[in-house]
Parts: sequence; structure tokens; C-alpha cells
Amino acid sequence: MTFSSLIAQFINGLQTGSVYALVALGYSMVYGIIKLLNFAHGDIIMVGAYVVYYAIASFALPPMLAVILAVLVSTLLGVTVEKVAYTPLRSAPRLSLLITAIGVSFLLENGAQLLFGADKKSLDPMVSGSFQLGGVNVSYAAVVTIVVSVIAMVALTILVNKTKMGKAMRAVSEDMGAAQLMGISLNRTISMTFAIGSFLAGIGSVLYLCAYPQATPTMGSMLGIKAFIAAVLGGIGSIPGAMIGGFAIGILEALVAAVHLSMWKDAVVFLILIIVLLFKPAGLLGKKTQEKV
Amino acid sequence: MGNILSVKDINVYYGAIHAVTDISFDVNEGEIVTLIGANGAGKSTTLNTISGLLRSKTGDIEFMGNSIAKMGPNKIVQNGLVMVPEGRRIFLGMTVLENLEMGAYTRPNSEIKESLEQVFELFPRLKERIHQIGGTLSGGEQQMLAMGRALMAKPKLIMLDEPSMGLAPLLVDLIFEIIKDLHKAGSTILLVEQNAKAALSIADRAYVLETGKIVKSGKGSELISDPVIKKAYLGA
Repeated sequence: MTFSSLIAQFINGLQTGSVYALVALGYSMVYGIIKLLNFAHGDIIMVGAYVVYYAIASFALPPMLAVILAVLVSTLLGVTVEKVAYTPLRSAPRLSLLITAIGVSFLLENGAQLLFGADKKSLDPMVSGSFQLGGVNVSYAAVVTIVVSVIAMVALTILVNKTKMGKAMRAVSEDMGAAQLMGISLNRTISMTFAIGSFLAGIGSVLYLCAYPQATPTMGSMLGIKAFIAAVLGGIGSIPGAMIGGFAIGILEALVAAVHLSMWKDAVVFLILIIVLLFKPAGLLGKKTQEKV
Repeated sequence: MGNILSVKDINVYYGAIHAVTDISFDVNEGEIVTLIGANGAGKSTTLNTISGLLRSKTGDIEFMGNSIAKMGPNKIVQNGLVMVPEGRRIFLGMTVLENLEMGAYTRPNSEIKESLEQVFELFPRLKERIHQIGGTLSGGEQQMLAMGRALMAKPKLIMLDEPSMGLAPLLVDLIFEIIKDLHKAGSTILLVEQNAKAALSIADRAYVLETGKIVKSGKGSELISDPVIKKAYLGA
């Protein structure tokens, strides 16, 4: 393997890693605030992808408008799922919530199959072309993906650390009862968390289409699981952890492909999950769960 | 001195356990009122019910003339009734400043600075530690932060749940001094304490709770010399 092909694979890894990171953020933020592994999160991406497809293929909307529409629909869908499926279970055991999330995921996947059919819907690439950088061929799609993701992550970091809403989200995720005693509205803060997570997933779905321009009903499931693993690797509940985990999983996959073991890509990622759960269950940046005394 | 809080016949259950039975009491403006009693007497349950974290099956709770019994905890805070919960429950992962900002969540940004100055005047230690993470503070500092955080909401009534719990004797004295200062400055305070002696010595009025019921009430200065109270709660 030449050095330039290694760099090329590294850039590929950053590109898919960006998408994983954006999706992982949604997993991690929702887990942080209501301790739910929202397995329907990946399917939001699928819905976003179909929105882009139909907006462009059926309604001939300009791509930029299709993108905005996809992000909007994803955000609304995420908040709606939270309101309809999760809010009524706020004081239910966490297992009920988890099973509900899996149910919502099935509903979205099978609903999509019913509505849009099981065949894949292919799009023309939204960002095409490439350029040479020191002997390495870099696609514009990769550049757009990485740049957009980094901007989204910086914006999220500022939002969570500097704004009143962001601080309220951190307060709720640390101690729901104490946060309410500050006058923070749980419903509003939790909805906001879902909105932001789904907004990022919407962006993720568009960026995913830049790399793989097709939509299928189950496309969100493997992507969702990879992003979930990224969130666990980074430390679920941790925002910088989700970012690092996403990039790490993306780069790892690309490197596995670089040594011509593409077929083992998924297996390696799941192996990472097993290793993390065995040896560092809190993840790279996760907080150790403290026993209350 | 008008009535500010009026608790009428509340009954609170944890599943099948009847934790609070027919409790009624009042707090008037400018008073320190204390609820004393042993562990499990229902003191914290009463405060948690007033602040909206728990619900009473019966009766009503009126704050400044309005019923708050069905209100969410965040709305109750907006109305000016603020609680410092048992065990302080500051945000351990946030800085001192961020904790105080959370306390002022219901208030416009333009008023926060002034309140910060007031809190720092009362608790100079917090100013020294302004950028420190809550989890790294000592127990006494955490209690100061919890109280400062509540004051940031500019409460019309502040409820303190076991503020002296787990603190060294010197710090207990300090916390009670601060409560007295707050009272002098015009705050209305509802205090729950296991440290009955200290609580009675600063309270205008007191209610004694036993297994979820009020068994006695009166002026703090009278109860502190009541032989039955002395024997049961003051260790004398």
C-alpha cells in the first residue's frame, strides 16, 4: 500500500466518520438526558434520505431546498416520536422505553417499505467531482461532508456550553429533579434535545447521501448501530466522546478496507463494541458511574 | 405580615406507604418557620410536595393566594417559591458560576449580574471558587452554593431541606448564621431540620412532625423549653 492511498483511505474514513459522529451525537445526547438508547434514531436518517430523494426526483426541487426540507422533516419527526412514544413513558421503567424505541424503529422501517417500496431509490450524486492534493485524489463530497460536520459540531459545542438552553440540557441530564427546582421545564428541554439530535441526524442523512446516493427502508439500521457503537466507544452521554468515537469508527473501517479486508469491516466494528464493553464500559470519555453513598 | 404559604390537609403516599397525613400549616411573610421531627417523620416529603416534585392526594397548597397544588415544579419556581433540596444537589459537573446561573433560570439575563453580586457578598467563598467545578467543592461550600443558587431566583419564600446535614459543627453554625442574616434582610424561610435545637433557636414558629402528622406547634422560643420536646428532640 502506498502512502498516498493510505491518505486517501484516511480521508474516506473521515468522511464516513463525520456521518457516524453526527448520528452518534443524537444517540449520546438523548441517552444523557433521559437514559434511553433511542434505537429509532438511525431510522430518522432513512426518512431524511427519502425526503431528499422525492424532493429531487418527484418534485424537481433544487438540491439545496431538498436538503433544508430533509433536515426540517427529520427534526420534526424526532420531536414527534419523543412526544408520542416516549413522553407518556417518562416515569415507566427504562426497559419499557427501550422496547418502545425498538418498536418505533420497526414502525418507521416497515412504514417506509409500505409507502416507498423495498427497492432502492437511487439519486444522482449531489456533490460530484474531485481534485488532486499532493498526489491524492480528494472528492468534493468528502470535503463538504467533513467541513459541514465540523461546523455542526462546533456550533453544538457552543450551544451546549454557552447558551441558557444548553446549560439547562446539561442540568437536566445531571439531575432531573434539581433542574426542575431551578424552574427548568423538563418537557421543553427534553424536546429540545430530541430536536437537536434529529437535526444533526438530518444533516447526517444528507451527507450520507453524498457518499452513497441511494435510499432504502433499512439503510438507517446499520448506520444507526455503527453510530451507536461510536457513541459507546466515545462514552455514551459525552458529546466530545460521540465526535471522537464517530471519527474513530469511520477511520478504522477505512483502514480495514485499505488492507483489503473490506468484508470484515462490520465484524471489526462489532469487535470494538465487545472490547469496549469488556474493558472500558464507560468509553473513552465517559463518566464513571458513581454509586451513591 | 400577610400569609404567604398555606398548606391545607395534604396527604402524600409512596405507593402504599402513607408518608404524610392531614398536614396543615401556614407561613407568614417575613417569618422563619421550621418543621422538626425524626428521620422519616415526613418533613422532606412535605417540602417536596410543596415544591411540586410530589403530589398530594387531597387538600390544597396556596402560595400568595393562588393554588399551586397542581402546578409543575418549574411553574412553582417561577412564582417565587424556591427549595434548596436535601443533600444540596448542586450540579456537580458544572462550575460554581454555571450553577448560580441555573438558579436564575427563570429571570431575565439583565438582572443576573446584580443577584450574583448579592450572593457573592453573602458567600465570599463562592466568588473565590467561581470557575471551579461543583464536584470539587467541600460539603460546606456545596451547601453555600445550593443556597446561593436558590437565592439567584430571588425567591419570595425559600425552603431549606436539612441545610446542616453532614456538615462539621463549625459549618453548621455558619449556615445558621447565614439563615439568620437572610431573615434579617427580609426573606421568608421554611426550614426543615433534624438539628431541632438550632432550628428552634432561630425560628419564629415551629411544627413538630411524628410519623407523618403534626403533633405539636408553637413559637420556637416556647417549644425549645417544652419538656416533652426537650426529651424527644433536644437530647436533654
